[in-house]
Amino acid sequence: MSKWYIKNGKESDVVASVRVRLARNLKGYPFPNKMTLEQKCEVIQKVSDAILNGNSAISGDFKFIDMDKISRIEAYSMVERHLISPDFAENGQGRALLLLNDESVSIMINEEDHIRIQVMAAGLDFEAAYDIANKIDVLLESNMQFAFDENLGYLTECPTNLGTGMRASAMLHIPALEAAGAVGQLSNTISKIGLTMRGTYGEGSKIKCAMYQVSNQVTLGISETAAIENLQGIIKQIMERERQTRLSIDHDNLEDTVYRAYGVLKSARLMSGNEFFDLVSQLRLGVGMGIIDTVAMETVNELILKCQPASLQNTAGGPLDADTRDKLRARIVRETLA
Amino acid sequence: MLCEKCGNANATTHIKRTVNGKTQEYHLCAKCASELGVSNFNPFDISDLWGSLFGDELPSAADSVRCKSCNSSFDEIAKRGKLGCPECYKTFYDKLLPSLRKLHGKTHHMGRVPDSADENAKNAYRLTRLKEQLKSAVEDEEYEKAAQLRDEIRTLESGGEDNE
Repeated sequence: MSKWYIKNGKESDVVASVRVRLARNLKGYPFPNKMTLEQKCEVIQKVSDAILNGNSAISGDFKFIDMDKISRIEAYSMVERHLISPDFAENGQGRALLLLNDESVSIMINEEDHIRIQVMAAGLDFEAAYDIANKIDVLLESNMQFAFDENLGYLTECPTNLGTGMRASAMLHIPALEAAGAVGQLSNTISKIGLTMRGTYGEGSKIKCAMYQVSNQVTLGISETAAIENLQGIIKQIMERERQTRLSIDHDNLEDTVYRAYGVLKSARLMSGNEFFDLVSQLRLGVGMGIIDTVAMETVNELILKCQPASLQNTAGGPLDADTRDKLRARIVRETLA
Repeated sequence: MLCEKCGNANATTHIKRTVNGKTQEYHLCAKCASELGVSNFNPFDISDLWGSLFGDELPSAADSVRCKSCNSSFDEIAKRGKLGCPECYKTFYDKLLPSLRKLHGKTHHMGRVPDSADENAKNAYRLTRLKEQLKSAVEDEEYEKAAQLRDEIRTLESGGEDNE
């Protein structure tokens, strides 16, 4: 089945993807930081029964993964595909994942909360992502009682998620704003209006490929719809700003940079992760602006995911040293762009 | 770029913290970063920030209230930035409230409610949704739909008063 992230979505020249996450906890159990292994197994059982044995049309498309039974390389390749958090990959005991075949839906069991429903969609399409998250929420709710308080909403282990338990985020490719040095100021402004801007892989992570995550911070006292509307409004403004900045770059220079990046990607024999991300960011910019029309955006999206360290090793079927990784990365890039 | 602390090695760890709209940047080499307890594997955690929000709320030694359900004390919760169980929110509600206000600006839930919630909560959510739909109907100049929604809101609001 073709994976969701290969698809091309709305406004994808700037918005690579969106994600909606709902945090839920079961009534009658402590939060994961206070749970025994036995309790964790009970929660895994209840949640996976509800999803896998439910009457829902998508039940049959979910795969159950015991996080303690898969290799760390496989787990980290899932972090690179944004399916799970780094912490969830690091420590697999008492944790399980329910994953939809096309990988657009992942349900983490016993991460920071008992249940983390994550739905991703290509391009700027929060409606689609929220709609599916909501359906899964309803399906789970009909099988178990969630910890809920009339005043505080859905109760979560960390008070930062209290209320709706919803975190909506968008992955933005903003190379022009980054090059113009505008990201710091942007991130500052955003933090004043209840939103945050983070690195490619969430809190404290490094920036790769000029990809930045923008998400809502406030979850209490605002409805899901209003929070998404606010976020979407800001994203549209960033999008316009990025497009204007792209157009203000000298066209000859831009064309040259993009084609040079394309050239190196097509012919290099060794390529480090850092070099790859710099070049593929230029290529993505070129494809997004229509400078290069022989490469599809889907191909670029696929490349970005395939060429990360753990995903490379997962493809190779075992650990690789950095040199071998660089060689394999260069080969995959060449073959994909050939 | 050289490390800001030792000035000898290349800075490989870059930290940016934005707290209440104020951004600070640090550039450190791997050695200094690990000495200071920051590395790529231990990213700045939101719960640190949450913990620091308690500042003036830290309990005195005499304060020995514990959650009946999971035995957490407020001190433990403040240190970890994590609650022990759903019951903790009831036990420490008053103490949590100022921090929740700092964190979210508000202290009352506005979003979706589960089917098992009581009628008042469900009606409050219905009302929120209707008002949102009304707003977008007006924006889209769908006045017939807007009038209908306005009626529904009125009915719900008067029904709510009857119950109180």
